[in-house]
Amino acid sequence: MQQTVQIPPHTVKKTQTQRKSWIRRLGGQYQLVLLSIPFVLLVILFNYVPLWGWLAAFQDYKPFKGVTGSEFVGLANFKVLFADPHFLVVLRNTLVMSGMSLVTGFVGAITLALFLNEIQVRWFKRIVQTVTYIPHFVSMVVIANIVLMFLSPDGGFINNLLMNLGWIDKPIYFMGKGEWFWVIHTITGLWKELGWSTIIYLAVLAGINSELYEAAAVDGASRLRKMLHISIPGLMPTATLLLIMSVGSLINTGYESQMLLGNPLVIDYSEVLDLYALSVSFGGGDYSVGVALSMFKGFVSIMLVVIVNFIARKLSDTRLF
Amino acid sequence: MNPRRSVPDVTFQLLNYVLLFILGFATLYPFWNLLAISFNDSLDTMRGQVYFWPNEFTLNNYAIIFQNDSLLGAALRSIARTVIGTVLSVGCTTMLAYTLSRREYLLRKPINVILVVSMYVNGGLIPIYMLIKDLGLTNTFAVYIIPGLIGVFNVIIMRSYFDQLPEALVESARIDGASDIGVLFRIIIPCSLPVLATVTLFVAVGHWNSWFDNYLYNSKDSLSLLQYELMKIMTKSTSEVTSNAQAALNHETLRQTSPQSIRATMTIIVTFPILFVYPFLQKYFIQGITVGAVKE
Repeated sequence: MQQTVQIPPHTVKKTQTQRKSWIRRLGGQYQLVLLSIPFVLLVILFNYVPLWGWLAAFQDYKPFKGVTGSEFVGLANFKVLFADPHFLVVLRNTLVMSGMSLVTGFVGAITLALFLNEIQVRWFKRIVQTVTYIPHFVSMVVIANIVLMFLSPDGGFINNLLMNLGWIDKPIYFMGKGEWFWVIHTITGLWKELGWSTIIYLAVLAGINSELYEAAAVDGASRLRKMLHISIPGLMPTATLLLIMSVGSLINTGYESQMLLGNPLVIDYSEVLDLYALSVSFGGGDYSVGVALSMFKGFVSIMLVVIVNFIARKLSDTRLF
Repeated sequence: MNPRRSVPDVTFQLLNYVLLFILGFATLYPFWNLLAISFNDSLDTMRGQVYFWPNEFTLNNYAIIFQNDSLLGAALRSIARTVIGTVLSVGCTTMLAYTLSRREYLLRKPINVILVVSMYVNGGLIPIYMLIKDLGLTNTFAVYIIPGLIGVFNVIIMRSYFDQLPEALVESARIDGASDIGVLFRIIIPCSLPVLATVTLFVAVGHWNSWFDNYLYNSKDSLSLLQYELMKIMTKSTSEVTSNAQAALNHETLRQTSPQSIRATMTIIVTFPILFVYPFLQKYFIQGITVGAVKE
């Protein structure tokens, strides 16, 4: 066995020896290095290297010339983008849809968690949980397919039901009405994620001291009162933190649902920033504007996260990072 | 329980059960309805009166899909992607998470920063597309596996779990002369089955469900996956609704089945593996995710 001789730090030239021993110590951990560095490089490649591509936003980017060879045009692409009236429409859609999903998802998850928490029959509770988690694990393609089939004017379930009930005379083409798209998108998202999003709240509720409930029962509190005065205050810290975190990703709303549910008739309501970036890049061939869009989105989302983290730190000791 | 049950409490309870029952029903029914449609004769389906059970039972819809070579190929590729992708991804994620749970590891802090920041910083859709293209990964099977090999969120869930394992376990193995790799495989992994099951489920479901990378990077039919095939069928029939002439034409050629029946059947086929695996893993993943989520 080799013995490492510990030299007292003040006796020798400090920095050099320290660096040497640091490297030697790292060498001793070569197995940990082998188990981590290749994967860290992979994360850097796919998460940080694309930032280099942001340069294309300031260029007249041509795919065959690449980022290094394309002509530099300054802020021209951003001027084109911000002057484009469709950009504002797309930005509005993004913010409105993610705002609607955020509010309904947040309120829905807490309400469902509170209601589930009141169920005493364990098998019933477990079945409801299991069933409502399912849509979370199903792909957006399947979900969109179900929604489109159910809302179809051509023998779709909802139209059949409404006609059988005699509430309407002829089928409604739900997916053709622009102003309905936001609502359909929100309900779809809620249906998919509601059950799953209760997990964390249920974990918090399970952790609330049961003596609180017993004490309230002695004082004659009804179930509703216990919920109002014990369960809800108990959820609040977690709920605030999660709400703040989701505000940070306000501009990062997904695009799968909008892409799959949308169609040319409702594009003025369904198109979000990422889909617009796709269509200007691949449809219009204008990669630079597409990158400018990606960059705008990335920049806003980083700003939001930083601001939100600052607020979270001010409000409580909890931080995201 | 409480001997004196007040009237409002009982009403509240009753209402609660009814509401949750409706919610569960509303979640499950669409799948059930599609299941009924997939086993129903397509002509009968077009009359639109299928609710709970098939009116005219047939396996014809399934037969048509399984006899279609391109769909069968897509199904095999989807399975290959899920198996290969999950094994590699869970393996690599475990290794990285393990190194981050070793307190003496000198690079622990900088790697942590790199990982956490990467969750918030994102090049965006188009720059990532440009990178994938420059790397020559477009139109390859590898594009399904490599970019998503390390899920940072999964690394964090696993690390949190490893962190709360008793340090004495590792120390005693060390005294017995185990190396880091030995500790990982003989101590950490056998002690972490709940979190491994959780992450495996997440990763496998993610692979099985992906379609966007297929759509964006792999336009070749020889690389297409089941989800993407379903998406193509879906968008095709949506445009049929908008142009009736085309719909009539397609109905003529697809007399033995209808787009609606094919869509329902495909949806069931694509969803089935998830519904099949999920109940078995459920008890693990609730445990696994709450360990990662609720910090001390």
